[in-house]
Amino acid sequence: MLEAIGVDSVGEIFDRQIPAAVRLDRELELPEGLPEQDVYEHLRALAARNTSAEEELCFLGAGMYDHYVPAVVDMLCERSEFLTPYTPYQPEVSQGTLQVMFEYQTAICELTGLPVSNASVYEGPSAVAAAAYMAKLHNGRRRLVASAGLHPHSLETLRTHAHGYGMEVVEVPLTSGSAGGVTDPDAWAEAIDGQASAAIFAQPNFYGAVEDATALSQAAKAGADPLVVAQVDPIVLGILAPPGECGVDVAVGEGQPLGNRLDFGGPSFGFFAAREEYLRRIPGRIAGETVDVDGRRGFVLTLQTREQHIRRERATSNICTAQALNALAAIVYLSWLGRRGIVELGQLLLARTHYARQALAGLDGVSLQHEQPVIREFALRLDADVAAVKRRCARQGVNPGVDVHALSGRPEDSGVLLVAITERRSREQIDRLVDVLAAAVAAERRSTSEAVGV
Amino acid sequence: MNLPAPSPGGDGRAPASAGGPSPLQRERARTIFQKGATSRRAFQCPPPDVPEADPDELLPARFRRREPPRLPEVSEPELVRHYVTLSKRNFDLDSGFYPLGSCTMKHNPRLHERAAALAGHARLHPLQDPERAQGALELMWRLQGALAEISGLPHVSLQPSAGSAGELAGVLLTRAYHEDRGEQRHKVLAPDTAHGTNPATVSMAGLEVVKLATDAEGGVDVDDLRVKADTDVACLMLTNPNTLGVFDANIEEIAAIVHGVGATLYYDGANLNAVMGLSRPGDMGFDIVHFNLHKSFTQPHGGGGPGSGPIATSERIAPYLPRPLVVRREDGSFALEHQRPKSIGRLRGFHGNYGCLVRAYAYICSLGADGLRDASEAAVLNANHLLARLCQKGVAEYLPLAYGRLCMHEFVLSGGPMKRELKIKTLDLAKRLLDHGFHPPTVYFPLLVEEALMVEPTETETRETLDAFAEAIAAILAEAAEDPAVAEGAPYSTPVRRLDEVAAAKQPVIRESL
Repeated sequence: MLEAIGVDSVGEIFDRQIPAAVRLDRELELPEGLPEQDVYEHLRALAARNTSAEEELCFLGAGMYDHYVPAVVDMLCERSEFLTPYTPYQPEVSQGTLQVMFEYQTAICELTGLPVSNASVYEGPSAVAAAAYMAKLHNGRRRLVASAGLHPHSLETLRTHAHGYGMEVVEVPLTSGSAGGVTDPDAWAEAIDGQASAAIFAQPNFYGAVEDATALSQAAKAGADPLVVAQVDPIVLGILAPPGECGVDVAVGEGQPLGNRLDFGGPSFGFFAAREEYLRRIPGRIAGETVDVDGRRGFVLTLQTREQHIRRERATSNICTAQALNALAAIVYLSWLGRRGIVELGQLLLARTHYARQALAGLDGVSLQHEQPVIREFALRLDADVAAVKRRCARQGVNPGVDVHALSGRPEDSGVLLVAITERRSREQIDRLVDVLAAAVAAERRSTSEAVGV
Repeated sequence: MNLPAPSPGGDGRAPASAGGPSPLQRERARTIFQKGATSRRAFQCPPPDVPEADPDELLPARFRRREPPRLPEVSEPELVRHYVTLSKRNFDLDSGFYPLGSCTMKHNPRLHERAAALAGHARLHPLQDPERAQGALELMWRLQGALAEISGLPHVSLQPSAGSAGELAGVLLTRAYHEDRGEQRHKVLAPDTAHGTNPATVSMAGLEVVKLATDAEGGVDVDDLRVKADTDVACLMLTNPNTLGVFDANIEEIAAIVHGVGATLYYDGANLNAVMGLSRPGDMGFDIVHFNLHKSFTQPHGGGGPGSGPIATSERIAPYLPRPLVVRREDGSFALEHQRPKSIGRLRGFHGNYGCLVRAYAYICSLGADGLRDASEAAVLNANHLLARLCQKGVAEYLPLAYGRLCMHEFVLSGGPMKRELKIKTLDLAKRLLDHGFHPPTVYFPLLVEEALMVEPTETETRETLDAFAEAIAAILAEAAEDPAVAEGAPYSTPVRRLDEVAAAKQPVIRESL
């Protein structure tokens, strides 16, 4: 090889191209390489120091959920033909990936009730930021009105990105009192003025409450007519009115519940669906149908003139590599669930969540944080330190939910526990949660009152 | 590995293949929505186990969906057959050579998939209490350390979702750094060879991109840089080696000019596979680097993701890194550090694409220091071997190397002479390569090279594969000299033939009609 190249050594190839001053003159300080079995053992040992949803009764949610991922999803996603190609730049040999994108887009349109979808973005919170950027490109206004019911990570991600593209984020509080827990309609209407580029809410919101999406959309439209953006939990759309029917312009969200594993937070995918008029502004890849020279049906990446590799600084987004494999998992999962399955699953979540909420709210020292309708997740207020209660539950092999204050940092979230139910959590397991939480809250209250000498 | 290349037919048109359309070509594309039958299903819902309640009480009718979404209705066998059949309509790295320039299509060891699928990684909830996710946090902390050492920049955030998200993080960091010093700078310099993500990112970060010219050697035109580098420049974004496969020999001077006007130097890590263990961005003078773990550290590309785009920075940029960071406390335990007052904030939910981090970490553990260096050396050696093969007579006069004589991990050929003399375009060559069983290189990029072909073989490939690829190119050029119509009509042996992209964009159909 060297002779054909015209050098005496591999080192010479580098010597002739890289100035000596910027060559590394030592070995990297990294551990020695290991054989496969030793690497596996090391990775297994690290995994063993994590308590996964396999090893405890997990009621954690807040954006990612311990749903069952069917075996067929793993089997198809592990196929070399889906796992190892890149973006379908050569459509003649990428019909598998392209058709998967097309099918995925169809399923997202069906779920959201909106006519167009892209082939995925990174994940939920940055999808919200992507929708806001689209709003800026669409109407050029400077302000983003965002409900405090958005996931705290969505709000923070939105702020980070908005600072970049020069927009201000105005947060609309939730209602309090007996009708509390949803976006305050008066504050919402007031915040949406002529500078509002997008009005953004979550459905259901971060605290599990189902928002009146139609009323929020109508109020926004009656105001200064910004883009109405909803961050939606896709798995409840079998029973919850789709955003497209509620007047929403752009529906985005975290796709993990649809056949993707937890993976400590990623990779999953974000979905992005919109009304027809935004088709040429939406970010990311889109697969479209066409024919080949013999008239055979086929699929290609389309509307690429929106994209960074063509449009460069005038692109609708900088996104390039997105989440194709995770979107494949989603379309396989949705096909596995099927039209009836997604309704039945939604009903099951609704019934079990309601059962769990009633039982838990009846405990001493536990009350509802809000009384709004919920589908798969709900917020409780504990009359005890949430972190301490969680530690007590953990000793019993139960993870009762998310310590909301630790996540949001908001003072008003102190004492709030967010509990998520999936189809993996049976009534028997919910009953166990009730017992364990009851004991933990009682013990924690006892120990606190003893400590203060009451 | 290779599909047979069809021989040209007597009428100047190549036959579709020896026996007419292949079975995959005969199969008309039908989506999953066009299969199955009403009520068919794979999923079995658990039976109700809680007391029945009035649905209206649980979820008022006005919030409820009236008609179920029209999802597919198929059995599990139908589902499996549909997607397995579809998968066979893909070309993939496990089946053949995939020299897609700037994408680093290197082998994906299956160990990584097995390790990432362990329940302790795959079923770990991101909001698990940190005390009970110590293995994950330690893995992240160790990976941060390894990436710091590889890049020569000490502070790492693993949060960005992919390369372009890493770029956005980098430009936002630069902005935060200047703003913190009370400066508003508006311009970002980027060479005309830059990836499209660079200028797109600059716009999303609210800054304006200014293009730099390329000099005769393929590097940054230093005179142009001197003219454009002023105190309104926030940053220079550079890929080194760049998208031409050229290592910029003037990098120290470039860094001095950029730092001289108070700007930062940003390293697009897309081409890191050329220099691991051999040269470090931090030592070249870069302040911020993003990695593409799916490229250099061999995450499977998945048909277009997922990826992962960690960033590393120098001391002066570190205060602005996204939060949270993984830190090791004095007692040796690991934690997520949220209290970072100067941080640009979050770029996404949770902690980044952890599943990708597991794979990248496994790769680094497998290779170690010398293995990483060997990988880069082999990648560069392979690229130069293939380049030497393509510089031979019969090829080089039609596909000359655009810049330089040697290359780093990739090189760019110009199809200009081929187009003029053989009457076939780079696109035709690419499509004809499909009939030879190869994935084509990146085409028509970088933009400043006429009819560009950007070839990145990676360290994965054997000499035999590289030689076979060079022979295929030579054969296509010889065939074109006889009859350009063959390449113009290619491909012939693929599941579909050339597709009408114009029609697809004119009247977009982007979902199945139901």
